[in-house]
Amino acid sequence: MTTISMRNMSVGQRGQITAVKADGEMGRRIRDMGLIRGAEVTIQGRAPLYDPVAIRIKGFTLTLRNNEADFISVEVK
Amino acid sequence: MTAMSATIALAGNPNAGKTTLFNALTGARQHVGNYPGVTVEKKSGTWVNGDLKLTVVDLPGTYSLTAYSPEEVAARDFLVREQPQMVVNIVDASNLERHLYLTVQFMEMGVPVLIALNMMDVAKTRGIDIRVDRLADLLGVPVIPTVARSGKGKDELMKTVAAARPSVEKKPLRLSYGEDLDSALNQMESMIIKVKSLSGVYDARWLALKFLENDRKIMAEVKTADSGLYESLVTIRDTVTDHLKKTLDTYPEAMIADYRYGYISSIMKQGVLAHRYDENRLYLSDRIDKVLVNRLAGPLIMAAVLFGLYAFTFTFSEAPVAWLENAIAWLGASADAHMADSLLKSLVISGIIDGVGGVLGFAPLIMFMFFGISILEDSGYLARVAFMLDRVFRVFGLHGSSVMAFIVSGGIAGGCAVPGVMASRTLRSPKERLATLLTVPFMNCGAKLPVFALLVGAFFSKNEAGMMMTITVISWVGALLAAKLLRVTLIRGEATPFVMELPPYRLPTFKGLLIHTFERTFQYVKKAGTTILGISILLWAMMTFPELPSDVSQGFEARKAHIEATVTDKDSAAEALAKVDAEEGEAALRHSAAGRIGSAMEGLSSLAGFDWRTNIALVGGFAAKEVIVSTLGTAYSMGEVDAEDSGSLKEALAANPGWSPLTALSLIVFTIFYAPCFVTVVCIVKESGSWKWGAFSMAFNTVAAFLISVLVYQGGRLLGF
Repeated sequence: MTTISMRNMSVGQRGQITAVKADGEMGRRIRDMGLIRGAEVTIQGRAPLYDPVAIRIKGFTLTLRNNEADFISVEVK
Repeated sequence: MTAMSATIALAGNPNAGKTTLFNALTGARQHVGNYPGVTVEKKSGTWVNGDLKLTVVDLPGTYSLTAYSPEEVAARDFLVREQPQMVVNIVDASNLERHLYLTVQFMEMGVPVLIALNMMDVAKTRGIDIRVDRLADLLGVPVIPTVARSGKGKDELMKTVAAARPSVEKKPLRLSYGEDLDSALNQMESMIIKVKSLSGVYDARWLALKFLENDRKIMAEVKTADSGLYESLVTIRDTVTDHLKKTLDTYPEAMIADYRYGYISSIMKQGVLAHRYDENRLYLSDRIDKVLVNRLAGPLIMAAVLFGLYAFTFTFSEAPVAWLENAIAWLGASADAHMADSLLKSLVISGIIDGVGGVLGFAPLIMFMFFGISILEDSGYLARVAFMLDRVFRVFGLHGSSVMAFIVSGGIAGGCAVPGVMASRTLRSPKERLATLLTVPFMNCGAKLPVFALLVGAFFSKNEAGMMMTITVISWVGALLAAKLLRVTLIRGEATPFVMELPPYRLPTFKGLLIHTFERTFQYVKKAGTTILGISILLWAMMTFPELPSDVSQGFEARKAHIEATVTDKDSAAEALAKVDAEEGEAALRHSAAGRIGSAMEGLSSLAGFDWRTNIALVGGFAAKEVIVSTLGTAYSMGEVDAEDSGSLKEALAANPGWSPLTALSLIVFTIFYAPCFVTVVCIVKESGSWKWGAFSMAFNTVAAFLISVLVYQGGRLLGF
């Protein structure tokens, strides 16, 4: 069990969000989508140029840019 | 229900099926307007059943009710000010927890909510069991299962809405957000409740909550209403914010979100939701994505799809555009045949018929383009395009979704900036959207092509294909750099976060596509039509007045009379007459206001290699770029030159000592970048919501084009070309 930034997760890797360090509009947009502490996420894929990243959470797919994924810490299995 | 004209609001997340339900309820009885003060589109319609009539307002799709986006502010203000009888909250049953996040916020606001639990069919196939009655009990609001695509459940939904009594007392949901925030909220609430100008409009606790969420709009309102109260509230907020930062390393907003989700998740666990399969298992949609956003196949398929959209739009609209053009030409010809030669005739033909024709000529293009884009958007593919291309466009301060507007405008040479500017609507981030719609006119639209064809044919005939390719590259590079320039100067600011849903692929409904398409086309014809007609008449006047002094025109008449009297051979007489007509045309054009502007500008424009003839042609190009060719024809005394067939003009230019390949290159570059045609300008005004941006695009583009042309021309001369 280690905690890493979401940017560094590999495709197919699963984990649980431990913290979202963003406030203002960025934080609000991230939380609106259900990316909050305790949520389970899986990396579903990456765009052809490696950025943005597509993640799976609660049965649906979200996309984030890497510099946005930086705000999210994930405990990976 | 007593009021016959009661209003209900449809609200929900994007992709919840809100528009589909709205279309199912109101059919064609729709009206599109704007919310006061913002450019957010407001759609309303009526639902009729027997004597019952309800006004249905389709609120913009939002994920929450903060003040970060104009959509959210518009939705929120509508609920506060218009107080709809009922908010029908469309919730995606296959994605229940996240969609209820918005529901909870409606309930906190204290507006009467009814949940339309949509996409029950999708939920079922995904093995999601929802106990609807239990959900309704626990939330304390009515829940009606629906399938908006097939219209299932819509009658029961409206029956429930119509039967609902507006409760006299608002009963906002009061959640606990943890000890620290709760005590701050209580304190703030008791202070707000004393200020009647605020507590009469808003629920006091909700207002306090918005304060803790750092909602700038609400805070400003409180400050105006009572600055003393504002100061006290800020103090309380700052204290609790500091405390949370120190003890838990978090923000009030994050804490509030955590507790909202916690509330939802506790309801789910009380026997509401059961998954028969692993909830993250991959479905057909995900398997499609394995191919469509694959690293190698993805971009190739995307290129094919975008090219397909382009081909679809411009191939299929070709016939209707031609019909319209023929009809307009026929109208012009009959006016020509039935009216005596006069200024009025010239006004009717060149000003009105050509002007209105210009507007209508674009309508089929817009129709087909929006039909194609609606398919891509409703199916979910557009979100994938944005996902794949975001990295590239972000470098220039744009967004992955910008690509659509660029392609349609002529990213593949031959598009049109009018539908391109309108295509920028698919962008949800305001700054990126503005930068996109201001730079897409640099693309090579179909109307610039005849100009390029003329110049390339006359001066670069050895390498036509290579030159056309170079022109396309120049316009892309220029547009992207201009976007970057705008994003670090006038429209600077952080990139809008990309956090975006990749919705599952869905088959678009035909009804939805048709409504969407006709709505856009009609809006264009109606709104743009009036302004464009006005400008068209103005341009006509500029190229007509003042007229040649009577002694000069009498001179031409006398020459014509002389030819008619002396030349007996019919063919050579006609030829000689045409030559005089052409000369007269040139003289009249030079004498007109446009001609005078062109001559006056010659001193400056010669820096870029343009003489007065080119200048007038460029003024004419503001009406439509292909007019450059026909105006050049008149200015070189060639008489009427068809834009599609400019062979004789080509030879004349190539032989003219005033022209060189360098002059041609300078003019090509100028044509790529200078002011968009006025139809595009009108669309920019409409889409950006301000005349300021329309004026900006004319001035900025022309100045930029001129500087680049001067650079090309003078640089070329220094290098000895």
